[in-house]
Amino acid sequence: MGATSSIPQGATDEPDLTQDPALPPVALDPTIHEAEEARWTPLKIGIWVAIALLGGLSWVMLAVVRGETVNAIWFVFAAICTYLIGYRFYSNYIQKHLLRPDDRRATPAEYKADGKDYAATDRRVLFGHHFAAIAGAGPLVGPVLAAQMGYLPGTIWIIVGVVFAGAVQDYLVLFFSMRRGGRSLGQMARDELGRVGGTAALIATLTIMVIIVAILALVVVNALAESAWGVFSVGMTIPIALFMGCYLRFFRPGKVTEISIIGFVLLIAAIVGGGAIAGTEWGAAMFHIDKLPLAIGIIVYGFVAAILPVWLLLAPRDYLSTFMKIGTIGMLALAIVIVRPEIFVPAVSEFATSGTGPVVSGQLFPFLFVTIACGALSGFHALIASGTTPKLIEKERQTRFIGYGGMLMESFVAIMALVAALSIDRGIYFAMNSSPALTGGTVEGAVTFVNSLGLTGVNLTPEMLTQTAKDVGEASIVSRTGGAPTLSVGLAHIMQQVAGGSGMMAFWYHFAIMFEALFILTAVDAGTRVARFMLQDSLGNFFPKFKDTSWRTGAWLTTGVMVAAWGAVLVMGVTDPLGGINTLFPLFGIANQLLAAIALAVCMAIVAKRGMFKYLWIVAVPLAFAAVVTITASILKIFSSVPSVGYFAQNAAFSKALAAGETSFGTATSVEAMEAVVRNTMVQGILSIIFVTLAVIVIFTALQATWNAWRTHSNATNEDLAVPSRIFAPSGLVATPAEKATQAEWDNRPATGTRKVRGH
Amino acid sequence: MGVVTAVRSAAAGLAWYVKGVLGEDAYDKYRAHHESVHGADTAVPCMTAREFWRDQTDRQDVNPQGRCC
Repeated sequence: MGATSSIPQGATDEPDLTQDPALPPVALDPTIHEAEEARWTPLKIGIWVAIALLGGLSWVMLAVVRGETVNAIWFVFAAICTYLIGYRFYSNYIQKHLLRPDDRRATPAEYKADGKDYAATDRRVLFGHHFAAIAGAGPLVGPVLAAQMGYLPGTIWIIVGVVFAGAVQDYLVLFFSMRRGGRSLGQMARDELGRVGGTAALIATLTIMVIIVAILALVVVNALAESAWGVFSVGMTIPIALFMGCYLRFFRPGKVTEISIIGFVLLIAAIVGGGAIAGTEWGAAMFHIDKLPLAIGIIVYGFVAAILPVWLLLAPRDYLSTFMKIGTIGMLALAIVIVRPEIFVPAVSEFATSGTGPVVSGQLFPFLFVTIACGALSGFHALIASGTTPKLIEKERQTRFIGYGGMLMESFVAIMALVAALSIDRGIYFAMNSSPALTGGTVEGAVTFVNSLGLTGVNLTPEMLTQTAKDVGEASIVSRTGGAPTLSVGLAHIMQQVAGGSGMMAFWYHFAIMFEALFILTAVDAGTRVARFMLQDSLGNFFPKFKDTSWRTGAWLTTGVMVAAWGAVLVMGVTDPLGGINTLFPLFGIANQLLAAIALAVCMAIVAKRGMFKYLWIVAVPLAFAAVVTITASILKIFSSVPSVGYFAQNAAFSKALAAGETSFGTATSVEAMEAVVRNTMVQGILSIIFVTLAVIVIFTALQATWNAWRTHSNATNEDLAVPSRIFAPSGLVATPAEKATQAEWDNRPATGTRKVRGH
Repeated sequence: MGVVTAVRSAAAGLAWYVKGVLGEDAYDKYRAHHESVHGADTAVPCMTAREFWRDQTDRQDVNPQGRCC
């Protein structure tokens, strides 16, 4: 597919796009857009000056003033003002010089329209779709873990990173995929980087998928283990989803909003009921599940969920999760603005430089940048931006609002998660996020450990831990690693000040846990399915029978392989004597950033082949950054001589202790535990080697493609041929005056076969 | 515009948006597309709502879409 067409220089955008003269204009002339942007009225100047001043003031409050405390509202202002400026100016620059969308061209949603997979969708609705598909548990978890380095590094990376890297990646991938009929990242990698690069990208994507699913599942296990309330209420989502699925299948097909509301009410009932049931003796006994059995439960669930038909479990839970996602995030934003919590965390903590933080090991560079992936730069988005969204875009210019704007929105979610995590007491934060290996899993152990860290202003008492646990309706909050419980305590802390008081904290805590678990279970289920299809497709090259995806045995076999792969990593994390999250989370971030590097490498090759070297830096700068971060982090994970950072250093230390006949070493108290560490670090080390090798191959092939393009003065493209468009729609959230005028022409024309477009 | 009208139009806008984001309008879009392409041509029958929703989840079965982390 995708014949390479070479268009003569100078006439790059001039295939025959003469529009049907019977129609009102399908596109505004680019000069009209430019004239509108260039018209700086005093009001417009005033607004942008105000945004710039407020943003500047907020950054000064965060970065320079650094009093005893800092108010959360400055995070919100700094983020929003920077996003607005980045969107208005930088994404506009990319649009004007690099991508040059042309609304005279029909999008795949128009020229491939089938009313199902390819269907032009209102830009505001599609923004919601796209946001719901990209934002999951990632932006909620990473910033929480990175909070140990202080508030400033994470804040700067999330906000600056999204403007120059994350949103650029999403925008570019979405645009390039749209110009190629909605082709996937894997297909684009093969087209642009050739066989070697394409194959490396495919293997990397598959491995990354496994790691990401495993670590998301680990977050859920850590949040639900030994929590009867959590297990019950999250467990209830399964029967609720099954009920919703049957309702939609047999009773009232298509009544999606109706069943989502019913499902939501049932969900709330499950949370409230969970509290009552966990309070009874039998309930506490029945739903109190340890980590390992819970992990095995999730593995079995993952397998069953991935082979059940979509209508029964995945689709209904997807509706529920979209409903919860948009609602809860809106609610949290509002609550932060109303409550405006004071934050006592220092701007930059000692762990940023010492690298000895108990939450995740390693220094600020590069580990901050892999701990926070989603929210700043997330490679996984490239799979969404080259999946459903490009097939639904109505007009080319809308890619900026949806691709760039959608990612800014996710970044804002990450900022709110950071604020929520920062708003809780720092002593409690470390007690919750230090592994059981350090705290012993007991209140006394946690208090001793946290106070021994010697952090200024931190004086943890046992009462603080028992009281917080009681408030949120849990037996204990010590060593609830993984980020989700910390975020939930933060969210409960903020929400109870808006609604319900401290009596409602337990409800809000479990509401937040449910909210995260719902995303993660959907991601686990969908990720397993996608990975299974990728595996089947690859195996099909050697055993053609696997290509037939309706072949039951093959489907079950490949699903089993994928579940076993992530299940093994999950069990490894759950049983790890060193803690699990702190050793595995860097792998998650590295995997995600590596995928970003792959996506950006593909984009760079596309830009270079088009001969647009003048603007190559737009892609090359974030690519270089992602490459340096992932490669440095991987190298440190492989070669560092510090055992808490380097997997093989840890491996050697434990192997040596075993060889010396010792029966306990560090936090491992038995020979079995020591052997587990040796095994785990070996697996983790090998995974790091695989990742860095694949990354280097992909980036190298992209550089090669770029060099070849430079040498040959290439002006090639794998884009689909241009087809003239027959529809019109505004490009941004709000239509500009010129767009409104054109829209009016469309609205006022006699209704013969016109599409109904709702616009304000 | 009176307050009642304003509230009503805001509520209608919200309902339209929620339905759009959740995907409830998928069948309407399919039917509109079908009519504009095939019109009254009965050779290509338009799916009923029930058939359409079944077809939709069946298509998702063979073409899974990842959810993000």
